[in-house]
Amino acid sequence: MELISSKLNIDFVGFRKWAYVVSLATLLVSLGFLVTKGLNFGLDFSGGAVMQLRFPGPAPIGEIRTALGRIGLGAAVIQEFGAPEEILIRLHQEKDAKEHEASKVAQKIMDVVTPLATTGKVELRRVEFVGPQVGRELTVNGIWAVVYSWLAILIYVGVRFEFRFAFGAVLALVHDVFITMGFFAITQKEFSLVVVAAILTIIGYSINDTIVVFDRIRDETKRLRNQPLETIINEAVNRTLSRTIITALTVVLVLIALIFFGGEVIHDFALTLLLGVVVGTWSSIYVASPIVLEWERWRGGKTSS
Amino acid sequence: MRQFPLWKTILSIGIVLISMLYSLPTLMGGVPTWWPSWLPAKTVYRGLDLQGGLYLLLNVETDKAVEQAAENLVDEVRLALRKGKLRYQAIKREGREVVEIKLPADASKADVVKMLKEEFRNSVAEETPDGARLRLSPTEVTDLRKFAVDQSIQTIRSRIDQFGVSEPSLQKQGEERILLQLPGLNDPARAKTLIGRTARLEFKLVDEKGDLAAALAGNIPPDDQLLYEERGGKNGQKPVRQPLLLKKRTNLTGDLLTDARVNFDQFGESVVSITFNHQGARKFAQLTGEHVGERMAIVLDDKVYSAPVLREKIEGGRAQISGSFTLEDAHDLAIVLRAGALPAPVTILEERTVGPTLGSDSIRQGVFSSLIGGLLVILFMGIYYKGLGWLANIAVVFNIFIVLAVLAALQAALTLPGIAGVVLLIGIAVDANVLIIERIREEIRLGKSPFAAIDQGYDKAFMTILDSHVTTLATAMILFQFGTGPVRGFAVTLIIGIVSSLFTSITLTRMMLYYILRNRRVQKLSL
Repeated sequence: MELISSKLNIDFVGFRKWAYVVSLATLLVSLGFLVTKGLNFGLDFSGGAVMQLRFPGPAPIGEIRTALGRIGLGAAVIQEFGAPEEILIRLHQEKDAKEHEASKVAQKIMDVVTPLATTGKVELRRVEFVGPQVGRELTVNGIWAVVYSWLAILIYVGVRFEFRFAFGAVLALVHDVFITMGFFAITQKEFSLVVVAAILTIIGYSINDTIVVFDRIRDETKRLRNQPLETIINEAVNRTLSRTIITALTVVLVLIALIFFGGEVIHDFALTLLLGVVVGTWSSIYVASPIVLEWERWRGGKTSS
Repeated sequence: MRQFPLWKTILSIGIVLISMLYSLPTLMGGVPTWWPSWLPAKTVYRGLDLQGGLYLLLNVETDKAVEQAAENLVDEVRLALRKGKLRYQAIKREGREVVEIKLPADASKADVVKMLKEEFRNSVAEETPDGARLRLSPTEVTDLRKFAVDQSIQTIRSRIDQFGVSEPSLQKQGEERILLQLPGLNDPARAKTLIGRTARLEFKLVDEKGDLAAALAGNIPPDDQLLYEERGGKNGQKPVRQPLLLKKRTNLTGDLLTDARVNFDQFGESVVSITFNHQGARKFAQLTGEHVGERMAIVLDDKVYSAPVLREKIEGGRAQISGSFTLEDAHDLAIVLRAGALPAPVTILEERTVGPTLGSDSIRQGVFSSLIGGLLVILFMGIYYKGLGWLANIAVVFNIFIVLAVLAALQAALTLPGIAGVVLLIGIAVDANVLIIERIREEIRLGKSPFAAIDQGYDKAFMTILDSHVTTLATAMILFQFGTGPVRGFAVTLIIGIVSSLFTSITLTRMMLYYILRNRRVQKLSL
């Protein structure tokens, strides 16, 4: 069976100007939202406390809100989590509140919430508390993790290929990361540690894709010795397209299973990855390789037109 | 087709067999009874998010330990000055690590400094305009801090051991942090109080002559301190707080305890009986004997538990702490007193508690969704690439065996993101196989014979697979370095999987192909 014809010969390089417009526009929108709306930082980064409770029946959110108001926690955010029985209570870190006291709040909340269930028992499923200091450290660590991964890739690709390839690859990754973050700024979905893990995974996936194309460019350069770089890139992208699509498809199949059956935590992780697979595949074809070409042109290398 | 060397065959089959042995206990959901004892019996260790439990990041406030050391130094300096018959006006702690000594104008500062230098070799003595100063040396401060953290770890460990938690994990993190993981805990709130409590037990005299009203108004005599005693407060009643003016000086501390256990007083209330060691018993007898008729307060972490009047000298070194405890409170108090006080207070920087039902729900959902995802991929590969696709499927399944086996053997924790990592691995392993198969297809289109196409396909795909795996490995390692808890679990699974994917896609499928095809005259490959 063949989904992508082996004789396919799409002029990807000729199309690149349009691709630049699409990429740049998406990037600009992402950056715009990142600057104006910012990210909705989750507990891991902002500090604070989260409790997950399960009620025997549908959770009486209104009553819970009043009960929390009575003990001075009116600012808490209460939301349904996955099912009507499950709720999430979020408390933001009071700047001057003593850290260890915030972790005792869970007991207080349980005390006022328990009587609200008429039958059965309220179950405390999860408590997370992150102090402001740790939150800052996690933020800094997250940023460094991404930057170091770029650096590692810059060095590895630079050594294995040439510097212009490394430059194209990293630019593609920067593109992927900002668009993914932009998605979180636009939707205002919670930006948590799990999302950072997802972004790093996207970096892994996207670089994988890029390397496959680069490797092929290197191969084709030997085979089509006297052809201009445009032709070589087009040939490389076309010849690997079948693999690109099939791999993306299998990953998407798995991600869909995770999105539907994986539960709340995995759901967001998988959704981020789904976006990442699309953006990463796009950037391997339309950002990483064309940059190599532009670099070559700028240096006055061997190109047609 | 090129020969597949025998040593590679043996090695590959060996790896596959060993990894199956190591992963079977996990896959069967436990070690079956017929499982011979010489076979590996470890199952994959589930992270806290999957089995439930408590994760705590504690900060030891070592500043307080240094302060306390300087405070103790004040007493020692006072004693040394008296012993040396040197006159002084006042001694007090200044800042965190300095003891200031104010001397009369006509006293010799040089004599005092000389004595300080002889008596306190670990500290730095110098003259000041109105006396002398003793400063803890930097090495001593460093030692004090280090000791405070190490001692805290020991104390917390002994508290946990007495509380009864299986497989607790305590690690020092950085300079002054402790990472604590308690899997499968039923009552995290109680464990938290037990761990976080400083448990500094002190016996202090009540200053009966002091003016309590003035103290409450903010005018506390310099050698006194104002603390509160709480009564009642059991069964949801509001406790009564009673202020007490105490002498600042601590006469006896809890370090000299040998035992603490729960008892009941004549009213049936739970109390904690404590027993001093020999030295403590002597001090206690002396203290109670000298102050008959006065009140002595039993203070725990700056809270007065009781302040009984001393009626007689108490010999035998036994005392009782009462304070309207519940049985559980008394039990926990006894534990912390036996384990000893923390050398410095600890604060909770990060806390994550997962209830046991959430953990098992997560496993169920994680495993179920991975199975569905895996099946979809296997079906797709089998339909799309036919024979070679099924071969790739076998490789992917073995890849999962290997990951489970390594996780079980290393006892590295499998976390919820770790399960997601397994799923991503399916993608990576499939990709390596797709690369190979697509290359073989290309070679066949170029008119090569099936065997030549296989050789060429593997050769050409090898570099690509290596490059892409190494770069992904690099990001996974960075993730491991910077991630915490569950994210680290994800990185671990990914790292193991990437390495095993290199093996399964390049070597294992090649071997299978070789042995399937070697004695046949193949005209057309199934792909």
